[in-house]
Amino acid sequence: MSDNLREQLLLLPAYFQGHLLLTLAAISMGVLISVPLGVWAEQSARVKRPLLAVVSIIQTFPSLVILALVVALLGGRIGFLPAFIALTLYSMLPIVRNTVTGLESVSASVIDAAKGIGMSPNQILREVKLPLAMPVIVAGIRTAMVWTVGLATLSTLVGATSFGNYIFTGLQTRNLVAVTVGSLASASLAVGLDSLVASMQWLLEKRSEAVDSARLKRIRISVYGVTAIIVSLALYGLIPKPRADFVVAGKPFTEQYIMAGLLTQELEEAGFNVEQRLGMGSAVVYEAIRNGTVDVYVEYTGMVWANFMSRESNPGREGIRSGVVEFLEEQNVTTVGFTGFRNRYALAMRRDRARELGVTSIEDLIPIAAELSAGSDLEFFGRTEWFRLRDLYNMDFADKLTFDVSLMYTAVAGRQVDVISAYTTDGRVAAYDLLLLDDPRNALLAYDAMILASTNAAAQPEFMRILEALVDSIPDAAMRQANRLVDVDGESITVALEYLRGEMTKN
Amino acid sequence: MIELKNVQKSYDGGATLAVADTSLTIERGEFLGLIGASGCGKTTTLKMINRLEEPSSGEILVNNCNVIDQNPEQLRRNIGYVFQGIGLFPHRTVAENVAAVPQLLQWSAGDIHARCEECMEMVGLPFDEYGERSPSQLSGGQQQRIGVARALAARPEVVLMDEPFGALDPITRSELQEEFKSIQQNMALTVVMVTHDMTEALLLADRIAVMREGVVLQIGTPKELLNNPSHDYVRDIVAMPRRRAQRLEELMRNE
Ligand SMILES: Nc1ncnc2c1ncn2[C@@H]1O[C@H](COP(=O)(O)OP(=O)(O)OP(=O)(O)O)[C@@H](O)[C@H]1O
Ligand SMILES: [Mg+2]
Repeated sequence: MSDNLREQLLLLPAYFQGHLLLTLAAISMGVLISVPLGVWAEQSARVKRPLLAVVSIIQTFPSLVILALVVALLGGRIGFLPAFIALTLYSMLPIVRNTVTGLESVSASVIDAAKGIGMSPNQILREVKLPLAMPVIVAGIRTAMVWTVGLATLSTLVGATSFGNYIFTGLQTRNLVAVTVGSLASASLAVGLDSLVASMQWLLEKRSEAVDSARLKRIRISVYGVTAIIVSLALYGLIPKPRADFVVAGKPFTEQYIMAGLLTQELEEAGFNVEQRLGMGSAVVYEAIRNGTVDVYVEYTGMVWANFMSRESNPGREGIRSGVVEFLEEQNVTTVGFTGFRNRYALAMRRDRARELGVTSIEDLIPIAAELSAGSDLEFFGRTEWFRLRDLYNMDFADKLTFDVSLMYTAVAGRQVDVISAYTTDGRVAAYDLLLLDDPRNALLAYDAMILASTNAAAQPEFMRILEALVDSIPDAAMRQANRLVDVDGESITVALEYLRGEMTKN
Repeated sequence: MIELKNVQKSYDGGATLAVADTSLTIERGEFLGLIGASGCGKTTTLKMINRLEEPSSGEILVNNCNVIDQNPEQLRRNIGYVFQGIGLFPHRTVAENVAAVPQLLQWSAGDIHARCEECMEMVGLPFDEYGERSPSQLSGGQQQRIGVARALAARPEVVLMDEPFGALDPITRSELQEEFKSIQQNMALTVVMVTHDMTEALLLADRIAVMREGVVLQIGTPKELLNNPSHDYVRDIVAMPRRRAQRLEELMRNE
């Protein structure tokens, strides 16, 4: 077994547990809410239409949007709760719809008979309609369950543990083993839970047919056994773990995984108990450090400047630095210090292509941009930096394509686009022999990496002492090479982290 | 005793009458046959007696109590009902179906079991063989017999039957008719039975009510109807079994 695979499998119990608890909790809550709603809707036409409309609309929202909205509604709270609420909302449509359909499909002559022998409306519902609608309702629950297992992977982005941790880390660090393990695990869980519900349903139906063979008994015992094991595994996660002293977080790209690893190691070596929340969305992790659910992570000045302060100007590196530090202080976030490297956006071209066109700076692009195609990550062309660049240089590209980061680099390397929005510390810049273009008009912001801490954590001198030792300790070149080890050479985060620590000039 | 006083029923707010101004008295222990063409209001009449439908006007008394004053569930539990569409519960076993009303009345488990066996025996489907089956594992005729057993299970004094023997072969049918007639007589059941089969009505009923388009044209003993039909329609419908017998005889002679 490769080291990488072993490393991934070691993470399996925790991720499995997190994913399972999230899925089962959301599905149970979904059933508890949706079945009564379905019953209500079936009894009242006035309720039915609006209710079905609302649950359908929830379903049409992209799942990421629902997650983000729930986080926002909870005042920036991250972790299990927002993921649980979002998944519950998402599970509702198939259950509500199938409950209504199932109840409506119960034959009128049976309901008539139930009424005719003197059952009360309540008894008719509980003893006739619900049991007869059950197969349809269960089918809805199974649909919801398969969706929920799949969607639960996204909850990684709001800081809940799930198989999504494998998938997001793996995609960003080009660790295909992690992606494969995560996807297989998620798919198996979906199939497994689905078959479990199917066999429970089968057993319930068999109950009325009184075929009590030894085989049936064996099946029954195993189904109940597996159910008990799964439920207790999920519940095990509810036992409060020894509270971590600090929560270290990171966003979903290689450099962030390495830096989160570094922060974790430094704190753990000092004897602290650390919890990691990796691969979180940018806005989510920022919100979390403000309200103290996250204690420390690495942020970039330009990011705070443009995204959280919504500034459109570019006062230069120092101007941004001081503006950001001041702003963060008002936001109750402590800036521990700058790590030394910066990772900003830069326009980049293949060196040979740049030479061919005679380009060394963005100004050289002005006369030819209208014939060039450009690629960016998912964000760049939507950022104010791009708008400023476009205005300052008064140019635009013929084509603007957005890519996943890895694909963006392969696109420029493969000559499918001429220019990309590269990251200056990205190892792939050197690996693909890209030329970073000068920016004489200062359109692009500086992105100094800095360590941010929550107010609570910053109040602890020992914590601050450990982190302050990291200030100005990582040169650009060291970070670029560490990133390159992962992104280009396919090494694990652990290997890159080891390299980085060797290169660090700790004070 | 069941009494209908000037009962009317309209499903469409008075535009058409499913049952028009009907008055009937059914004595305790009497067996009334209700006959008439499809859609003439037989089922509606039956359903009003146990409040599955409410009359638009007029009143209905069961044992001298106006049904409107009674709790509809209590009322229905005390009246046996065999449904036109049979209406067995498909998710319950045959035995559980028969036990439905006693269960609602909260009989003890032992009583329920004993009574189930008795009723199933009565309709010719022994408990040991059929009790644990699901209704879908019975033939249409067998389901109908279970429907009769279910109606009788709680020992009601009044039984309403909507074409209870429609799906049976002639031999089983006549066996069951005789069986039922003797139960009815032994227990002095008050029965209202809807049927399309005049022969059945003539053989079983003490009196027969002939309905047409919501109106009871005539009510009387088989003899009265045969001898003194009040309308052509009554004469035609009552004479049907006899005419058929004559036809058969002619056929035989021509052979
Ligand atoms: N729930 C209902 N809503 C509206 N109209 C109804 C309803 N039930 C019955 N009717 C109408 O009332 C009239 C009498 O119906 P009913 O069921 O009493 O007929 P029936 O004599 O039992 O007929 P069949 O022999 O076919 O069972 C019919 O015209 C029927 O269409
Ligand atoms: Mg009818």
